[in-house]
Amino acid sequence: MLLIDCPHCGPRSETEFSYGGEAHIARPLDPAALSDAEWADYVFLRDNPKGLIRERWMHAHGCRRWFNVARDTVTYEILTVYPMGAEPPDLPERRYP
Amino acid sequence: MAQSFRLPEGGVIDRSKSLRFSFDGRSYEGHPGDTLASALLANGVHLVGRSFKYHRPRGIFSAGAEEPNALVQLGEDPRTDPNQRATQVELFDGLTAMPQHCWPSLEFDLNETASLASRFLPSGFYYKTFMWPNWKLFEGPIRHAAGLGRAPRLPDPDRYDKTYAHCDLLVVGGGPAGLAAALAAGRRGARVLLVEQDSTLGGHLLSSPDSEIDGQPAAEWVEAARAELESLPEVRVLTRSTCFAYYDHNFLGVLEKVTDHYAPYSRPQHLPRQRMWKVRAAQVVLASGAIERPPVFRDNDRPGIMLASAASAYLRRWGVKPGGRALVLTNNDSGYRAALDLKNAGVDLAAVIDLRLAAEGPLSAQARDEGIPIRSGHAVTGTQGHLRLRKAFVAPMDGEGRRVFGGGEPIECDLLAVSGGWNPTVHLFCQSKGSLEWDEQLACFRPARSMQRNQAVVGGANGTFALGEALREAHAAGLQAAEAAGFAGSGSERQAPRAGGEGDFLPLREIYLVPSIQPVGQGGKHFVDQQHDVAASDLLLALREGYRSIEHVKRYTTTGMATDQGKTSNVNAIGIVAEHLGKPVPEVGVTTFRPPYTAVTFGAFAGRDVDGLLDPERTTPMHGWHQAQGAAFEDVGQWKRAWYYPRPGEDMHTAVAREVKATRDSLGILDATTLGKIEVRGPDAARFLDLVYTNMFSTLKVGRCRYGLMLKEDGMVFDDGVTSRLAEDRFLMTTTTGGAANVLDWLEEWLQTEWPEMKVYLTSVTEQWATMTISGPKAKALLGEVSDLKLDSETFPHMSFAEGRVAGVKARVFRISFTGEMSFEINVPARYGLAVWETLIRAGAKYAITPYGTEAMHVLRAEKGFIIVGQETDGSVTPLDLGMNWIVSKKKPDFLGRRSLFRPDMQKPDRKQLVGIETEDGREVLPEGAQLVESNGAARPPVPMVGHVTSSYWSPNCGKAIALALVKGGQARMGQRLYAPLADRTVACTITEPVFFDKAGERLHG
Repeated sequence: MLLIDCPHCGPRSETEFSYGGEAHIARPLDPAALSDAEWADYVFLRDNPKGLIRERWMHAHGCRRWFNVARDTVTYEILTVYPMGAEPPDLPERRYP
Repeated sequence: MAQSFRLPEGGVIDRSKSLRFSFDGRSYEGHPGDTLASALLANGVHLVGRSFKYHRPRGIFSAGAEEPNALVQLGEDPRTDPNQRATQVELFDGLTAMPQHCWPSLEFDLNETASLASRFLPSGFYYKTFMWPNWKLFEGPIRHAAGLGRAPRLPDPDRYDKTYAHCDLLVVGGGPAGLAAALAAGRRGARVLLVEQDSTLGGHLLSSPDSEIDGQPAAEWVEAARAELESLPEVRVLTRSTCFAYYDHNFLGVLEKVTDHYAPYSRPQHLPRQRMWKVRAAQVVLASGAIERPPVFRDNDRPGIMLASAASAYLRRWGVKPGGRALVLTNNDSGYRAALDLKNAGVDLAAVIDLRLAAEGPLSAQARDEGIPIRSGHAVTGTQGHLRLRKAFVAPMDGEGRRVFGGGEPIECDLLAVSGGWNPTVHLFCQSKGSLEWDEQLACFRPARSMQRNQAVVGGANGTFALGEALREAHAAGLQAAEAAGFAGSGSERQAPRAGGEGDFLPLREIYLVPSIQPVGQGGKHFVDQQHDVAASDLLLALREGYRSIEHVKRYTTTGMATDQGKTSNVNAIGIVAEHLGKPVPEVGVTTFRPPYTAVTFGAFAGRDVDGLLDPERTTPMHGWHQAQGAAFEDVGQWKRAWYYPRPGEDMHTAVAREVKATRDSLGILDATTLGKIEVRGPDAARFLDLVYTNMFSTLKVGRCRYGLMLKEDGMVFDDGVTSRLAEDRFLMTTTTGGAANVLDWLEEWLQTEWPEMKVYLTSVTEQWATMTISGPKAKALLGEVSDLKLDSETFPHMSFAEGRVAGVKARVFRISFTGEMSFEINVPARYGLAVWETLIRAGAKYAITPYGTEAMHVLRAEKGFIIVGQETDGSVTPLDLGMNWIVSKKKPDFLGRRSLFRPDMQKPDRKQLVGIETEDGREVLPEGAQLVESNGAARPPVPMVGHVTSSYWSPNCGKAIALALVKGGQARMGQRLYAPLADRTVACTITEPVFFDKAGERLHG
């Protein structure tokens, strides 16, 4: 079970959080202008990397704030935690065979 | 004959006290300190169970958690536990245990004839019968014959606890390595939790009390270590506690058996039976030791055959002779430890059969010096003895170890102590995703790369078998853990404990399948997994049938899949597969280790979260009134909602019909408190609502209400409800009862992540308001009598709200309707809910006011064709599918889910669409979920499904059965006939518009 460092409350167990999927998927400003494929890409398609992923979590049983987490999907190591709206921190890609 | 196999002295038992216990209905005696297994052996009892598949007699094989055979049913209903390892059950006075899985008795088991039929039960038997001829032919008898213990029949009367713990260092294992690590870190002041599954600390030192550490006998060193740990204020030692699981980020599960070792009558009442520890550790040191590996030879499963280390343990720790005349089979030096222990205890030792070509090593040399006969380059080719080992056959092997010469010389023995090397106990390490490497020299898998930060594996668990080396390694790991947790050294610290090199079992000869005089599978069985009765011949069959991956071989043969999870069998299975395929062992690889290490009681997982504490129950302020009226309740999310109010003699159908009729005829009242209520407030509230609802809310005037539909971005209906504008910047949103929390989450998510610039604040006010809906032709009259509101349609039209007093209480009243009747939703502060409700009931008596429950509410809304999200919708239904285009704004350029409605799939004419369904008979109420087809049953399958029934009721107001359904292209099928094939008949029905009552909607206006 992950130990997630909530930026507002400090390290807490995963059971206190809810998961929000891949981060930095901005909602298109003008959905009507998108092709079906572009819209489907926004709604349905997400990366599933082996290695570094940036994802959203919400401290559901705590401060109820959303924030971003950079995590390694192989080791489950949490590399960093940063607030909503912040630029994703520069992290080295993690490559696995 | 009491305890005739107990040695006159020795062992960590209290000989001054006797404990009585019973096994299989017979009484025996043992001593405090005994396990059930050691006490049975002290009484000469080896036969303790029957095997899973062939019902072969089985005995005590080990002295610990790895036990595959000695599983017993402990205690009596309701305090009975199946599959308890006799080797780990602490003896207490009055303990009762029964053998499992034998019929009619342990000594005479009719199902043993299954052994004779075993050639008809090959591995993969049931997979094969799935294909041909038919599994059902075999299921009954096999289910009867297979299985282990039985679950208690009565509810568990015991109490269990859960607790969380945080520590700087968690040490798993209280053997020499674990103690050394805990001491090193504990002395620095670190908060250390030491967990040991046994009742006492010491690990394998308990079985070798005369090894020396720091010049002291091991037993004294252990006692000093225990005392010192106890004196350190930040150190906690948990015995009888098994670390059974290792999850991410050093989160570990520990099961503490708090009072299991007490006789049931003497269990301290203030303590739980067991306690689940959920531990988050900054650092973890795994000192979980090693488990001996048995060699696989023919008929290696008879009672009297046990691990060499177990034979030593019974002799040294419990002062029990595990046999009268012994034989030892080994492929390494450590097997000679048992030989020496047996000889010293005065057991008649026939010989040591050494698979190695030459008996090398310190213990081998010692045995030779003591005159123990050694036959190197020999194998045990088979055994005899039905309920107990009687003889073993011994023959010389060829240089390859693949064949034996001659028919085998019989040697009389009732104990065969076996050793095939050691496997580090890497379960927890592997659960934490650590990877293993094959150590050629030690012939075992040992930890290679850890996936967790802040983790160390030491001692036997790391393949460090020499005691002195293990102590040094553990001490260093303890210091490092303390350092990493912020406890620096003082410079004047003690050195690692010193000890000799005991445990050096090299060289070892790798022979996984010991040859016999006949080919494998003939004349007897080479058991690999004794608990699941998997023999080497089963593995070879799987290989012959083309299985190559060890994970597939495992599943096909079920090797390693019993309750012991292959602790003594997995590496042998891998070795045999490797030998047979001519591959190196590491290329075959290991199967996945999963929690739990040993079985965990369900009660411990549940802790106190049982019965009423399982899940919170939410009740409305009027709940007690509903109960007093004898209401039946239904669960909606966590809410208890009044379902219907049966009068004496009424069943559900009659009660619901009466409530539905009364509401339309005169007046009904519903407790609607549970509907989700969210206040949406702020200067951007209207703009925000325009984005989350399909229809427009910025145009809503203050004082007016509007029904809204929410979609997810995929265009599917997510929730619905009425939202009212209380002020320019203030809305009250209602949601479905079950959806309230999800809707709040959904809105919060958008505000926080996508539109943080919007000034909107959300507050859940569901529980602040009690809501009661009065509905029916007399609703206006009643409200007029109990409130100061002006109710004429000019001042208070449909879809508007007003504030005033109802029954003297400040109230918000909404004129909205979910029944099609004129309705008023009266909201008062929750604490006045019951008083206002009772006033309405009293004042409404003259209109025969009828409380109606959720079932009547469903019927009333279905008569009007109003949907219920989650009933008519299932996450794949759009507003267009529901025929609700009218609520999808054509003016707004954007709202959540809008763009998806223009995807080509959403426009397809054959999407499932909402329709009404009437049965041809009119009285026949279809079951909800019934499938709809176009043919009346004569057609050959497969018959295309064109839809399904989502809601179905008897409508007293229409005088017929009504249903709502989702039907492919349904809106273009009006009047068409469909059929609902049910289990015993097919019902003809007709597609109609989904509104059955008051199609013009005139009743809303009174």
